[in-house]
Amino acid sequence: MSLLLLFLSAAIVNNFVLTYFLGICPFVGVSKRVSSAVSMGMAVMFVMTITAAVTWLIYHLLLVPFKIEILEYVSFILVIASLVQLVEMFIKKMSKPLYDTLGIYLPLITTNCAILGLALFSVLREYSFIESLVFGIGAGAGFTLALVLMAGIREELELSNVPKPFKGAGITMIVAGSLALAFMGFAGLI
Amino acid sequence: MAKKKTSLYREFVKGLWDDNPVLRMLLGLCPALAVTNSAINGLAMGMATTFVLLSSSIIISLLRKVIPHQVRIAGYIVIIATFVTVADKFLAAFLPEISKSLGPYVPLIVVNCLILGRQEAFSSKNNVGRSILDALGMGTGFIFVLVVLGGIREILGSATLFNLQILGDWFNPWMIMILPPGAFLTLGILIGLGNWLNERKVKV
Repeated sequence: MSLLLLFLSAAIVNNFVLTYFLGICPFVGVSKRVSSAVSMGMAVMFVMTITAAVTWLIYHLLLVPFKIEILEYVSFILVIASLVQLVEMFIKKMSKPLYDTLGIYLPLITTNCAILGLALFSVLREYSFIESLVFGIGAGAGFTLALVLMAGIREELELSNVPKPFKGAGITMIVAGSLALAFMGFAGLI
Repeated sequence: MAKKKTSLYREFVKGLWDDNPVLRMLLGLCPALAVTNSAINGLAMGMATTFVLLSSSIIISLLRKVIPHQVRIAGYIVIIATFVTVADKFLAAFLPEISKSLGPYVPLIVVNCLILGRQEAFSSKNNVGRSILDALGMGTGFIFVLVVLGGIREILGSATLFNLQILGDWFNPWMIMILPPGAFLTLGILIGLGNWLNERKVKV
């Protein structure tokens, strides 16, 4: 039960994008089409789940026993960078069109703050292995949810008459603000 | 000679407005949104980011001929992560309160796209002097946006600026401004205003 709550809290109540502001760059960059938003979300969710598992193992089996927690950031980011490289090679091999749609944002998952944020949060909150795994999946699902919602709104937005200076990033931020406002409604849920 | 001088000056100034990292290039949005619920937090975050940006720019532009092209991103990230660890420990030791209120967003400077973006686009191709100017300009532009954003949100959300009360009791603070939605709304409006000013400048 508490695992389910953890999942819901990571996915909806404390949504990574809309309450922690993690992963804003892909959120603005890849949210123009629903289809690419879905695949980006999936890629992030995949990387997040593996990251949660691997960084937990590294932190508790390597850094803590040798008392070198100071290397936390360096080692986490290296793990994430190599994982992303792996995913990129995998997608390039499996689906060229998908690779072309994700384009520059795929390597940028490395610098997606949501991924490193996830690893840092699960250390900070002293999650167990299973908990951090669930947390990873939940956060990934929440990221995908926010990205797809945003893409849906932006597809509609293209047809509407937005004042010129606000076209693009400006209106995206304001829409994100209203989405965040809506997500605040979940605050009392857990 | 004269041409070179103006271009050195340009390297610094472009970060302030024309290529402002947050408003024009949309880099480093996560910290810009997350920690700007007060002007002082914005200032601290901006300074920490500028420190990391400056130090890693210096190191990377010095090493730009040594780092093999294929592993450059990993190399940059390790260098950046090292400086972030330094900044994080420094804040925790000397400014514990600020370090606490910034929380996990200090280590998250590692993945600030602004820093990696500048290394990839600038420091890896230019000499140390230019890289320093570029990093200082970008850093100043970043601090500027963070302080403005934090200031607006702090005034409207808690009626203070740098913890000094500036609006009287008649003003009922808009709680929403220091909560997440306020960050998105304020930044959206700032970006729009920036674009509008720029268009007017071009016309004139």
